[in-house]
Amino acid sequence: MSHLLEVKGLEASYGPTKALHGLDFSLEKGGVTTILGANGAGKTTTLRAISGMVTRKGQINLNGTELGSLSTADITRKGVAHVPEGRGTFVRMSAEDNLRLGAYSRNDKTAIAEDIERVYNYFPILKQRRNQQAGTLSGGEAQMLAVGRALMLRPILLLLDEPSFGLAPLIVQELFDILKRINAEEGVSMLLVEQNAALALELADHAYLLETGNIVISGTSQSIIENETVRRSYLGY
Amino acid sequence: MATDVETRVDPRLTVGAKMPYKWVALFVIIGAVLPFFLQGYATFQGTLIMIYAIAILGLNLLTGFNGQFSLGHSAFYAVGAYTAAILVYHLDWPVYVTIPFGGIVCFVAGFLFGLPALRLEGLYLALATFALGVSVPQILKSSHLEGLTGGVQGLDIFRPKVPSFLVENFGLTMDQWWYMIAFVIMLFMFWIAWNLINSRTGRAMMAIRDNPIAARSMGINASLYKSLTFGVSAFYTGIAGALAAIVIEFVAPDSFTFQLSILLFIGMVVGGTGSIWGAVFGGFFILTVPNFAEEISTGLSYAIFGIILILVIYVMPSGFAGLVNLLRMRVKKMF
Amino acid sequence: MDLFLQQILTGIANGAIYACLALAVVMIYQAIDHFNFAQGEMAMFSTYICWAMIAGGLPYWVAFFATIIISFIGGLAIERIIFKPLHSAPVLSHIVVFIGLVAIFNSLAGAIWDHNIKTFPSPFPDGSFGGLIGLHEVGMFFVTLLLLLAIFCFFKFTRVGMAMQAAAANPASAGLVGIRVGWMLALGWGLAAAIGAVAGMMIAPIVFLEPNMMLGILLYGFAAAIVGGISSPGGAVAGGFLVGIIENMAGTYIPAIGSELKLTVALVLIVTVLLFKPNGLFGKTIVTRV
Ligand SMILES: Nc1ncnc2c1ncn2[C@@H]1O[C@H](COP(=O)(O)OP(=O)(O)OP(=O)(O)O)[C@@H](O)[C@H]1O
Ligand SMILES: [Mg+2]
Repeated sequence: MSHLLEVKGLEASYGPTKALHGLDFSLEKGGVTTILGANGAGKTTTLRAISGMVTRKGQINLNGTELGSLSTADITRKGVAHVPEGRGTFVRMSAEDNLRLGAYSRNDKTAIAEDIERVYNYFPILKQRRNQQAGTLSGGEAQMLAVGRALMLRPILLLLDEPSFGLAPLIVQELFDILKRINAEEGVSMLLVEQNAALALELADHAYLLETGNIVISGTSQSIIENETVRRSYLGY
Repeated sequence: MATDVETRVDPRLTVGAKMPYKWVALFVIIGAVLPFFLQGYATFQGTLIMIYAIAILGLNLLTGFNGQFSLGHSAFYAVGAYTAAILVYHLDWPVYVTIPFGGIVCFVAGFLFGLPALRLEGLYLALATFALGVSVPQILKSSHLEGLTGGVQGLDIFRPKVPSFLVENFGLTMDQWWYMIAFVIMLFMFWIAWNLINSRTGRAMMAIRDNPIAARSMGINASLYKSLTFGVSAFYTGIAGALAAIVIEFVAPDSFTFQLSILLFIGMVVGGTGSIWGAVFGGFFILTVPNFAEEISTGLSYAIFGIILILVIYVMPSGFAGLVNLLRMRVKKMF
Repeated sequence: MDLFLQQILTGIANGAIYACLALAVVMIYQAIDHFNFAQGEMAMFSTYICWAMIAGGLPYWVAFFATIIISFIGGLAIERIIFKPLHSAPVLSHIVVFIGLVAIFNSLAGAIWDHNIKTFPSPFPDGSFGGLIGLHEVGMFFVTLLLLLAIFCFFKFTRVGMAMQAAAANPASAGLVGIRVGWMLALGWGLAAAIGAVAGMMIAPIVFLEPNMMLGILLYGFAAAIVGGISSPGGAVAGGFLVGIIENMAGTYIPAIGSELKLTVALVLIVTVLLFKPNGLFGKTIVTRV
């Protein structure tokens, strides 16, 4: 199988402190990969490094293009969309303006309008809230908006940082069903960071376990589920 | 909001840390012997630096540790100075007593000002304090108060003589004597600030700065702490103002314009927001650099001052204390 | 009653100045999420550039538009050269840099063009409107409204305008949707400098041109922007007129005040307003969930 993203020797730091110590991993085209790890392990930092939001070193190869030296704005133009930790919506703008900004790097007006409808199709509640200030949306609605905004980029790779954070179990299930559909129907590859390991492993086909900035275990979701350490520390059975 | 205060100086530098006795001792010794090696004028300037340092520390308590923004500290400086001057000039109070008194008057003024200011945040507080800074010199000048304040002319006061046994035994000059007084007061004020910041009260102040909503939910009475901090901050600045009035032997409205607030603000940032000892560097900076710029070119002195300011921010975006801290961490890493 | 009307009109005339500047203040606030304390001095400097071009023989409107373009480029350059390396510095340090810029522009203008007061031409005809309000003031009023309209459309209907707001409000997320945040900031600076230049060239015929012309006025401009609600260009303009009227009324009708304490009174009134309307008179309350 061919790789969409290949990362080699990825290091990242915040000022003088290093948060990632040389990660090697790869994502398969059309696959869903998850990164598991304790709080502070460096999951968020890994996603940020891919989108160029932190100082980083190493190779990040997307479909043959090197992302390591590009700015965040240019990386999005290569088709990488990032749903950041804490959602990061533009709180003073309406929900629909948020979606429109998601397509900022595109120029095809009619297709953008279609894509907004497509997002509303996935998340009907957003259509009802289209003119509401994003800052006043409920947690779940804001998370859907964040995912919707990322989809507006028509990404080939979607980076998701704890999309289930703070959502009711029912909503989480719904959100993950939609993510599964997006992956299956549109072939968008995903890199998913989740606290809820069981849920993440259900959606993902591959998984990496991160500990203090190093990858300690990797494999197919199945093999990870069966791994003794993971079971005990992350799945709790 | 734009004026939300960020502190980049490592909090460990001042908070919850043990007092770095070695460094304090070194500082005290150097500070104490300095006036015996300096010229009279340099000693006088040293005194002014320490006075500024006290005022800057006051501002820093408010901004760096409590997250409130003030462009009006020149007003408190003026109130301290005028309190001292009026007590000496009109009521013949002993000069030494007027110094703490100037502080206390400012504490009350600051606390009272802090009460309505509670409703204002960020930019709005900046505007309110700015109004304070602009109005006070105008009020001091106003013809209605001329009998008390001396109007535009201001008031002249005189310092008492140096105690005779010090003159006879050590040959202490007036400048050296007042240097020592300012030095002792500064050390005392720094010591109070240190203890304040490392106390429960200090932690509450910082909690309010970092997350007002969370602080409230932890049961911290944010309004009370904010007004109190305003009072304490004004107290520091008032002490500095009173000292300045006595050391300079003169007060006039034009010494306390809004420009003074700006200078104190610059001193705070350049010294290091959220650092106690950085205030000394801040005081040094705002006293010497404008003079230095003036010396390079009279016509363009402001431009040169501006350029120096910008360069300083490039070299140490988190102030002198931030730079020292960074270097310390680098050095630690090397070993 | 006649005096009253006269005072209102004078207030409006002064208010037009403040409104113009407040608009520039709000504009840069939208673009960089900061107050730019150097804005007044930048506007003053731009006005001098225009003055020099007119003195050099260029027709007014040529100099006017050339100044706008030069100011735009200048603002852009200041952001790229001075502020770009400081993006991650604390906000308070930025303010110190603003203060540095104020000092530099003020001092340079004095050194290049000396400190003597200069008259600056008005593009509008001489004379007044029924003896009550000068035609220049009326003209300025319409220029301000025109600018307001242009800014409103820019933010509301253009892609770049929206991106600029997004970049100021949430730089991290803006980057993630592909907005080049650094350039948006620079663009914001350029536009603010250009608007400031217009304000300066409109104000100069009234207050005369000299290096300190903006110091006092800018304060009123800030006050107006805050009273109106810093997030709303329309509010800023309204705030400008309000501040102008309050200032004038206080000076005339409260005898103890006279002209020397006008500024104080205006500021105190403004602060009082803010105590009861903390978001300004016209600002939107922004509700955010935590
Ligand atoms: N802005 C920052 N400045 C300094 N250090 C940071 C910053 N953000 C993260 N770190 C540090 O980098 C390390 C990795 O953090 P990261 O946010 O990637 O963890 P995470 O795996 O996403 O944790 P969580 O599950 O809690 O979200 C942590 O030690 C953290 O303290
Ligand atoms: Mg995280």
